[in-house]
Amino acid sequence: MKYRSVFDIIGPVMIGPSSSHTAGAARIGRVARSLFGREPKWANISLYGSFAKTYKGHGTDVAMVGGLLDFDTDDTRIIDAIEIAKQKGMKLRFIEEDAITDHPNTARIIIGDQHGELELVGISIGGGKIEIIELNGFELKLSGNHPAILVVHNDRFGAIAGVANILAKYELNIGHMEVARKDVGKIALMTIEVDQNIDNKILTELEQLPNILKVTKIVE
Amino acid sequence: MVVFRNVAELVELAVSQNKKISEIMIEQEVAVTGRTREEVFSFMDRNLTVMEQAVERGLKGVTSHSGLTGGDAVLMQAYIQKGNFLSGETILDAVSKAVATNEVNAAMGTICATPTAGSAGVVPGTLFAVKKKLNPSREKMVSFLFTAGAFGFVVANNASISGAAGGCQAEVGSAAGMAAAAIVEMAGGTPEQCAEAMAITLKNMLGLVCDPVAGLVEVPCVKRNAMGAANAMVAADMALAGITSRIPCDEVIDAMYRIGQTMPTALKETAQGGLAATPTGRKLEAKIFGIPLKEKCVQN
Repeated sequence: MKYRSVFDIIGPVMIGPSSSHTAGAARIGRVARSLFGREPKWANISLYGSFAKTYKGHGTDVAMVGGLLDFDTDDTRIIDAIEIAKQKGMKLRFIEEDAITDHPNTARIIIGDQHGELELVGISIGGGKIEIIELNGFELKLSGNHPAILVVHNDRFGAIAGVANILAKYELNIGHMEVARKDVGKIALMTIEVDQNIDNKILTELEQLPNILKVTKIVE
Repeated sequence: MVVFRNVAELVELAVSQNKKISEIMIEQEVAVTGRTREEVFSFMDRNLTVMEQAVERGLKGVTSHSGLTGGDAVLMQAYIQKGNFLSGETILDAVSKAVATNEVNAAMGTICATPTAGSAGVVPGTLFAVKKKLNPSREKMVSFLFTAGAFGFVVANNASISGAAGGCQAEVGSAAGMAAAAIVEMAGGTPEQCAEAMAITLKNMLGLVCDPVAGLVEVPCVKRNAMGAANAMVAADMALAGITSRIPCDEVIDAMYRIGQTMPTALKETAQGGLAATPTGRKLEAKIFGIPLKEKCVQN
């Protein structure tokens, strides 16, 4: 079940004109910013499929930038988001891609500053709903049915157990978990779906663990 | 944890528990999100307020940045006021308010997606028109949105509500079906009749393509919302008259889904076919985006 709430159907309240190309785009931008943990200094945004064909008229570009600026779907500043970003000195690039993707509304966002970069691929599935399908080269298979956290860590023994122990301490039940790594001993990613909502203080506690680099909640 | 997975289950739950469909949707929302009933209701009330504000703005007159749409809601309202219309007043009122909402959407105004922005006019348009006839309480109006939401929920999970994936039948078609079902409940119809109304509406919008001129959510979107609202009103009356759909609602939804899958991408929100590819469509596109017309034509 991709759509869980009646408010996925009646909603979101948003700036028009398109729930998939404006509101959905804003949400993808906002997730990227949230995962990056701060406002980026530059952004390269590649658009595929229907996104690529209609982005100018649908305000996909301003909406995505609005999301990077942490605007919600109904924030009227979205309309001026590119101007606002330029004033802040953010460097923006939009690329229309010809490649056929699995989903007609796909965007690849690469954002960064002097301290680091983040790359994610998001899809806008309709009515404003989005899915993040790739993060820093890791394929994400989130069901979207449950709250999820992403834990970027060094591939060392005990890292996964450490995280699982803290979740158990707070009586959070793990419904689905995937672990993946780029190479032995390199950067790895845990994708954890839990049954209950995760408090931000738990995320902070997880980040204190040895070998844990970044912990983020997926808020879609 | 989800209570209903299709329309048959939704109706079965409503009938067996002697509850309205809107009530089943509210209860499911509470169970799934852990929010209280009051929170859920007040959240939907906020959506209703946004819809009211959008209609109000559209009826005052609004034009899109491109200039392609705007002013039609005003025209229709004036025509209704004159009193010499041929269709019914309620249906035309629904049309004018659906148009008003979508004109605001096209002008990048604030709307509530129901289920999408491109189809955002149908549900509020019909709601505010039927409001004049039935005089519902605020609570009943909020319930209308829950009924509409319940049917949209099924379509979204079993088929599609995205023009890029399923064409306009998935957006305005779904919205019209949702509205028809909600009208029936508000008018005192049974849960089964709600399902019939949705089936009748959606059946009549199968194959509807998404062919936006210049790729904008304006032409023909605004007028499609007008006709979606009209379809919903007629289907609701048919269902209330006791007319049933020979094909059950879930199968109509599935047919819509399969038709969407076989639709060529040129007709699914890429502005490459249909009205978008007409000579006038291309001329408008070239004018709005400042591309020389010859270049646009050669691309085809």
